Amino acid sequence: MIRFDSVSKRYPGGIAALAELTFAVESGEMIVLSGHSGAGKTTLLKLIPAIERPTQGSVIVNGQNVATLKRAAVPYLRRNIGMVFQDQKLLHDRSVFENVMLPLAIAGVAVRDAGRRVRAALDKVGLLEREKAMPVALSGGEQQRLAIARAVVARPSILIADEPTAHLDDDTARDIAAMFHAFNQVGVTVLVATHHEALFAPYMTRRITLAHGRVVS
Amino acid sequence: MKGWLLHHRQAALQAFRRLAATPLNTVLGALVLGIALALPAGGEMLLANFQRLAQRVAATPQISVFMALDAGRKEVAEVESRLRRHAQTREVSLVPREETLKRLKESEGLGEVIDSLPRNPFPDAFVVVPRTETPEALEAMRAEFAQYPKVEHVQLDSAWVRKLDALLRLARLVVTLLATVLGVALVAITFNTIRLQILTQRDEIEVSRLLGATDAFIRRPFFYFGALQGLAGGLVAWLAVLGATLLLRGPVGELAGLYGIDFSLHILPLADSLMLLGLSALLGLAGAWISLRRHLSS
Repeated sequence: MIRFDSVSKRYPGGIAALAELTFAVESGEMIVLSGHSGAGKTTLLKLIPAIERPTQGSVIVNGQNVATLKRAAVPYLRRNIGMVFQDQKLLHDRSVFENVMLPLAIAGVAVRDAGRRVRAALDKVGLLEREKAMPVALSGGEQQRLAIARAVVARPSILIADEPTAHLDDDTARDIAAMFHAFNQVGVTVLVATHHEALFAPYMTRRITLAHGRVVS
Repeated sequence: MKGWLLHHRQAALQAFRRLAATPLNTVLGALVLGIALALPAGGEMLLANFQRLAQRVAATPQISVFMALDAGRKEVAEVESRLRRHAQTREVSLVPREETLKRLKESEGLGEVIDSLPRNPFPDAFVVVPRTETPEALEAMRAEFAQYPKVEHVQLDSAWVRKLDALLRLARLVVTLLATVLGVALVAITFNTIRLQILTQRDEIEVSRLLGATDAFIRRPFFYFGALQGLAGGLVAWLAVLGATLLLRGPVGELAGLYGIDFSLHILPLADSLMLLGLSALLGLAGAWISLRRHLSS
């Protein structure tokens, strides 16, 4: 499903974020990416939906090489990847419902069907009662759950998350980890970059540890 | 196809929502665009009306033949007979000098002046309606009539229409130039509005891209916004021109009546109105397109 083959990423200015990275993720796996800050976890995740392109090597996602993918094809690749960002990237002038609706609007799903799917996604993350609320009115944990609902509403085959439990209390962080496990249980391939490995340890199928842009274990 | 239509519907609704979200800005923007567009649209309306007037007057060219003051009845009758027999004349009517004097006496403010004259200073005159309308033939008739005995002066009454026509052509050029300049202004205003929209929607654009939005999906609401803003400006311009036409119609008709002309201002015809609205929307679209190319290229 995802294959990194001798992938290197160097940012302008010569900063090497990843070096000769080779690994594969099979469909249905739940991978935890660990490593110190600056190890390259975020860069690795950004390569999967072509937010960044590799400087060298190939990144194959659902049979498509991200390194050579045409710009016009990128949106269609992303529609099959759910993303939970470190800073959540919620739209604060839109309601909870409208935030979750956005991926379906982008995908051109009919309004009635989309409404049903949005409510189902909100129900899964326990936010159905708050569909009319604005994100600013939600707690940190609720905002994270909203970001997860938005990531899964279009039923992606891959779900990637960058530090989804950062700044959350232990109980909420455990709930979030369990939520990722639940999505993995229904066949979604999950990659989570986190410093809280212990939270995800009961659910992960594998851990990939990075150090200075290289896989160390 | 269904998805494409759905995207357009969503984009149009989004553009409407953006316009409705800032009603004061929307109204002020439409007023600025409308006033800018009202100038060439109003000019076009006036031109169309004056052209109609010129065409109506020019459709019946007349030649005025003035006899010499010392021309006797017999000589006047002789000229009248020649004029009536002329192959190119349709109508000939004699305006006797006594009638001219009487008419002027009845004119407001001229009675006393006329009474103070020692004798009737007006000649007998003929008003000839020719069969032809070509300037060359009319000019030939004028020259021929001038050769008739005791004819003092022959005036081709369509000459002023030609002058008016030249003036109208010049005015049309001015209106076209004005429309071009103000059309560019409309594009520039829309360009800037869309630039500001892009800045305020930066987060939404970024998130949408991350969630798989194509460039077309992101640009579409801005295109609708530009077109709607242009259309709103066009509508304001149309209403302004309509209002001005209705306000001016009475006084202009009255003024024309004083000159013996049955004339009233017409509002912009349907085709011109639709063209104004369509062009406004297109110019708004063009402004949005340029702005998006400039500010949303990556």
